[in-house]
Parts: sequence; structure tokens; C-alpha cells
Amino acid sequence: MTHRNGAATVTVNAVSPGASVQDLGRTGHMHVGVSPSGAADVCSFTLANRLVGNPENAACFEVLLGGFSITLSSDRVVAVTGAPVSVHIDGRVVPDTARMLLPAGARLELGRPVHGIRTYVAVAGGVEAPQFLGSASNDALGGIGSGMAAGQQFALGRPDRCPDLPTELALSRIPDTGAVLRMHWGPRHDLFDASDRRRLVSQWWQVSDRTDRVAARLTGDPLTIGSIALPSEGMVRGSIEIPPSGEPIVFLSDHPATGGYPVIGVVLEADADVLAQARPGLRIRFDPVTPTEQ
Amino acid sequence: MPERPRILRAGERAWLVECSEGHSAALAAAIEIGPCAQLIRDVVPAAVTVLVVAHSPSDMTALRDHLRLHVAASSAGTDELVGGRTVVVPIVYDGPDLDAIAAEAGLSRQQVIALHSGAVYSVAFFGFAPGFAYLTGLPEQLRLPRRTNPRPKVPAGSVAIANLQTAIYPGAMPSGWNQLGTAEIDLWDITATPPNRFGLGDRIVFEETQR
Repeated sequence: MTHRNGAATVTVNAVSPGASVQDLGRTGHMHVGVSPSGAADVCSFTLANRLVGNPENAACFEVLLGGFSITLSSDRVVAVTGAPVSVHIDGRVVPDTARMLLPAGARLELGRPVHGIRTYVAVAGGVEAPQFLGSASNDALGGIGSGMAAGQQFALGRPDRCPDLPTELALSRIPDTGAVLRMHWGPRHDLFDASDRRRLVSQWWQVSDRTDRVAARLTGDPLTIGSIALPSEGMVRGSIEIPPSGEPIVFLSDHPATGGYPVIGVVLEADADVLAQARPGLRIRFDPVTPTEQ
Repeated sequence: MPERPRILRAGERAWLVECSEGHSAALAAAIEIGPCAQLIRDVVPAAVTVLVVAHSPSDMTALRDHLRLHVAASSAGTDELVGGRTVVVPIVYDGPDLDAIAAEAGLSRQQVIALHSGAVYSVAFFGFAPGFAYLTGLPEQLRLPRRTNPRPKVPAGSVAIANLQTAIYPGAMPSGWNQLGTAEIDLWDITATPPNRFGLGDRIVFEETQR
């Protein structure tokens, strides 16, 4: 099960739709229409890497709603973060799922999460997947990346020492029934009247089932701005876009580089991580905060 | 054209800089080589804006100070991006919206084709999808709004028009634009350096061919 050059490998035994290889994305290419992409819940992703002694940007598996299994060709420390799931190694329950030793040849299996939706699996040494424009991240919208299928094998990098990080501190922020997302107003909040701005921040919106790595689409009492002529402009992760329907679309990691509907505000990055864990039906509320630098 | 171009906050680590039409590419180029370049992760020119993304939220104040100087310098001059190559793109005018375009513009099919292929376009900026270039210079008679019913998918190579621009679709993807024809050209190769066939400031000319 080792590569030609003797490198250790990870084999994907089973995978459900929506799973992908991710790192921290391919920044610096939005000017040619390429989204930065990258892990949907950056906080959980970087935590997984730190737990196994990897650089924060090492590629990991991002799993949507569980149903994932791998086998390694050599013993490695593995971390599982994000949406909590049951973990089994060769059929035996793993009591501390944050970090474990996965022996060579043993089968690791993730169950389905009850809270949250995305789980990260980091292997000490990192997953070596083909890089495009400097990143192994899979961008489903832009069609960039190598995808992932059952039976696929990846090389593993050389492991570093694992830190003595107590796993009691390895917590991921997973929303339960509701979440408050901090945001900064702008860039186009001045296109909205006062009643629309109030409507945005004074109700509990609901995450719809049309939610993916591109965006979380919300339902609720719509804003009234309707259809306005605004030339497309660059946008960032966390952007709260208001289409003609008046129901917000909050962009996540696979956001397009530019958008044609007004962005009324931008969710703070740490809270975009929380939104990336939102199940359809989750209630969310926007909390406007003043930037520390004006 | 903004009276006084504003610099608008776009989240924790980005500024959206307003500018006048036709000048975003030059402003973006100036920012990329300017004194604040090392603070910047990405620069995204669009029709009348340039989005500037910082590496770190703590650099936002310093970055804005630099951008104010860039905007002042840009307003003082007529800095359109010049240079670039001319690319001739063969096109078959067989798009499903060609008749609708002609009807809405009050022209014949032949007149639409003559107008579209007679213009010289500029690669003004990218967005929407990898390698999707917005080409400005669309003749005034062809400036029509987007379709009321977008299509979930148009074939790679589709050539379309909407508002002030024409574009060639680098892959099969959704489109709300009016489809005129099909071009045989590879616009995007992720393994190439750079992956985009068209560069900012290139001039594009369409040449009618038959299938």
C-alpha cells in the first residue's frame, strides 16, 4: 500500500457526497475569477492540524455529514475536529475523538454528526493531493481540484512531533439551535433604507436546505430593496448579499470572485466558521459590530 | 462616475475602492506595484471598483491610507491600461438568442453580426468564474439587459452579451446573458502559467466563420 517512492499513504475506503480535500485555499487569484476556496470552517480545520503537529495549512479531509473511512499504510496520529462524530477503529469505539493513534492497516470510520455538518480529519504529515494554483483545495463551483472517490489513495507527508496540547481544549464552535453572527456593515449598506437595515438585524433568519460550500441561503421576512442595477464587484467570504428576493445569501469558502447583487454587510471570519457548520433549519441572527480600526 | 471616489469597508480585511469606468484595471495595476503591495493578498478590479484584500486585519488602517493616495493619483490622470496583445477569436453566430437580440435591438441578424464582429473589445476585468473575462466596447445598439430567465447551463465557448459587455464562457456554466454564438478558443488551462488565455488590457476581435 505504499507509493513507488516508499512514502506512506492514506486510502479512502468510503466517502459520502460533499467530502473533499481542503487546505487554507488559493489566495491571490481572484483577479482572474478564481475563488480562494479552502476549508469551510477554518477554525476547526487549523485545530485539527495543530493537534497532529502539522503546519496549519496542511491538507486535510473535509467531510460533510459523516460517512467517511480511511486506512493508513503506516502508524500515524490522526485528529478529528468540527462537527462531533463517533469514531471507530476496526469496529472499536474511540473514546477521545479529538486525537488518536491510527495503526497501519486499521480501518477508521466516522459516524454521522447530530450537531454541525462538517468534520475535519487531519493525519500527521498532511495529505499530499495535487496542487492547482498553489493549493490542494477542491473548489466545486470553479471546478478546480482533484475530487475524491472511494478507493483513491494519497501520499502522506513526513510527520512532525505532536504537541502536548491537552485535548480538553480542542473545542470546535458548533451551533446548536441558534447562532448569532457578528458582522460589519458595508460595502453597500447605504443602498438600503433604514427599515431594510433594521429588518436584517432584528429577526431570526433560518438556514435553508439550499446551503453548500458556496453559500448559506437564508429564509425569513425579506428585505424590500428588490432589483437594483449594480455592476459586479469583488467580494469576500462572509459577504451578506441581498438578491432581488430580499432573502440573504451569506457566502462561504467557495464564493465567486465577484457578485452582482448588493452586499449589505460581511460576517466576521470566526463567525463564518460557525455558519459553515449550520444545518438547514438553524436559526441565525446578525449582530452588527463596529470595526476596531475605523 | 463617483463625484468623490469612496473607499468602503468590505469585512475585516478588505477595502472596496470606487473608481470611474474603464480605469479599474490601471488602478489595480498601480496598487499591486505600489508601496503597500506587501500588505495585500488580492486585488480584484471590476467595472467601477477595485477590491483590495489585506493579509491581516490589523493592516487595514495603513492600507486605507495608501489607497487614498492611489485614488487621488488616479483621479488626476487619464490612466487607462494600455498595451497587451490583440487576439482574433473565430466565432460562429449560431446562438439561441440571436433572433431575440435582433428583434429587441430593432435590427436584422446580419446587422447584429456586423456590429458585434466589427468592434474592438478590451479585456477590462475578470470575475464570476475562473477565466471569465468581461470585454468592454460593446456597440451601443447591442446594449441589452440580461435575460429574464437565466439558463442553468450554456456550453463552453458560448459568446454572449449583456448591458455594456460581451463575454466568452470558459466552461459550461449558468448564464443569464443573451447568447449570440460559439467561439472555438480555450480560455482557461489550470496547468498553464498563467492559466488565463486573455490578460487585462488585451484587445479582442471576433471574426465570423461558418461551422
